[in-house]
Amino acid sequence: MWRRNRVAFEPVLTNHVREPNSFSLDFYLTHARGYEALRKAVTLKPNDIIEQVKASGLRGRGGAGFPTGLKWQFVLKDTPKPKYIACNADESEPGTFKDHVLMERNPHLLIEGCAIGCYAIGAKVAYIYIRGEFYHVQETLERAIEEAYRAGFLGKNILGSGFDCDVYVHRGAGAYEAGEETALIESLEGKRAQPRIKPPFPAVAGLYQCPTAVNNVETLCNVPLIVLNGPEWFASLGPEKNGGPKLYCISGHVKRPGVYEASMHTTLRELVFGEQYAQGMSGGRAFKAIIPGGSSVPLLLDEHLDTPASFDHVQQAGSLLGSAGLIVLDESVCMVWLAMNLLHFYRHESCGKCTPCREGGDWLYKLLQRVERGEGRTKDIDLLYGVASNIVGKTLCAFGDAAATPVLTTLKLFRHEFEAHVREGRCTLPADWRATQPVLMGATH
Amino acid sequence: MSFHPEMEYAPARFHKSERTLAEMGEPFAYTPENQARFNEIVTRYPADERKSAILAALYLAQQQQGYITGAAMRFVAGQIGCTPADVEDVVSYYTMFYTKPVGKYVLNVCRTLSCALLGAERVTEQLCAKLGIRPGETTADGEFTVIEVECLGACDRAPVVMVNDDWHERLSPDQAATFVDDIKARGKAAFTGCHLHVEKE
Repeated sequence: MWRRNRVAFEPVLTNHVREPNSFSLDFYLTHARGYEALRKAVTLKPNDIIEQVKASGLRGRGGAGFPTGLKWQFVLKDTPKPKYIACNADESEPGTFKDHVLMERNPHLLIEGCAIGCYAIGAKVAYIYIRGEFYHVQETLERAIEEAYRAGFLGKNILGSGFDCDVYVHRGAGAYEAGEETALIESLEGKRAQPRIKPPFPAVAGLYQCPTAVNNVETLCNVPLIVLNGPEWFASLGPEKNGGPKLYCISGHVKRPGVYEASMHTTLRELVFGEQYAQGMSGGRAFKAIIPGGSSVPLLLDEHLDTPASFDHVQQAGSLLGSAGLIVLDESVCMVWLAMNLLHFYRHESCGKCTPCREGGDWLYKLLQRVERGEGRTKDIDLLYGVASNIVGKTLCAFGDAAATPVLTTLKLFRHEFEAHVREGRCTLPADWRATQPVLMGATH
Repeated sequence: MSFHPEMEYAPARFHKSERTLAEMGEPFAYTPENQARFNEIVTRYPADERKSAILAALYLAQQQQGYITGAAMRFVAGQIGCTPADVEDVVSYYTMFYTKPVGKYVLNVCRTLSCALLGAERVTEQLCAKLGIRPGETTADGEFTVIEVECLGACDRAPVVMVNDDWHERLSPDQAATFVDDIKARGKAAFTGCHLHVEKE
């Protein structure tokens, strides 16, 4: 069992999201100590804020879990070039929908986080890169930004401190790859969202070749809380090195899918079956497996469910917390179909820059389609493994590894299902919620 | 040629380097309102980085004309100060830009895992059966286009359909046919919108 020493957890990011007009500046100022953190921040030295964020142990909420304070510290200081914050609101990882809630219901928290971030690293402009499909969210955000300008929380000489900061929303146009930090920068520059070779890292040469910090929405939303309540408070909310509140997105075959805020002490089992969370399996079928961190991470089984849903614990259990998108699968899910569904996604979203990912993703999809249709040969299973394991580690960004993962993890845990498909010449688990046609060929526009 | 003894080279349909030149179409220029909007957006970026406004410029063109023609790409290139090839490079990469006419209502059905687990494949089947088209096609009367898209980021309200810029949540397969009738009768009022807009309730 994992060592547990829990304090009662009260939501701090999403406590007001269900209340009417929670997105307005008035609400934020009266109910959520709005912009107090910014007021405090501009009286501190920028470096002190970075030290506080470091001490809090805040880790990036976008997927990699990299310490935010360190990222900010790496931003080149001695340079005549302007610096930038690029807020990653591209939220495209399948199974993830937490930033959506924050931006739609608590946009001022993000704006405050952007402003404090800019102050800390010495930037004057933050761009919020929002995915094109979030049109209604963009409207909310832009309204909130306008309110913040009018009230003097953005613009020139903020709160009389001499600090200038502009925040703009930049709308993407439908590309999963734009969520990768260097691809996001490319897209911000008006090009195809394709990753760059690292190093140099964005902290040295990012947007317009200037020092840039790329931070996820949820990450930046935590910054005002740290400034306001102190790094010790933040760290005390979760296990060691996994402090702070965390948003979990639960979807799939559960009774009550949704976004839940919890401490990272909370176990996967509590999140899936707990009364105050997803309330267990829907449709009266048994639990089969869970994807704990968005579609790019390995599957976990029932035996892993007592793992606390923290970055480190989930990693020890053999998967990754990633973007905390928990996709719950019941016993009706065919694992060959699952891999095929996800490879359709990765094949379609591959930016095409690196050959192993572009070609390999397509091969994997075709092989999976063949096996799922019942036309697979025994050697296709080894071929799947061979192609997938040759993508891993051979691409510029983590997309390649992500694309290979659904194949490698299903083969590792459910190889018998692949073998049964080949042996019986048909899908052995045709669920009633799937297409009536054997394989629905999606025409992409 | 291929990189693997057992597998073929990627097919043309999914190969992003496989380009067809966009048709020029009618001459294109922004309406005065869109021109003013563009002039404002461009100021958000450094003066020598106008190219950053390219996505916004293309959205304005698409809003005005429904889809993006070769003429619109040339116009945008002129506005930005880049080559038409730079613009086409962007248009051909991002899925939300259309290079051929689409219906008045574009039904973007999410097909990725969380939605698929709750019947998204069947939603597409039902919509297509009702409209008599295949995914990617537009009805003859120009009213509806059905497109299968990847994760829309609303997995807790699966299956989700994005209709133009609006959302419709929890569209079960057996409601799909009635949903089409409902749009025909009530237009935008047929959409549930985003469940986070609690003020509407």
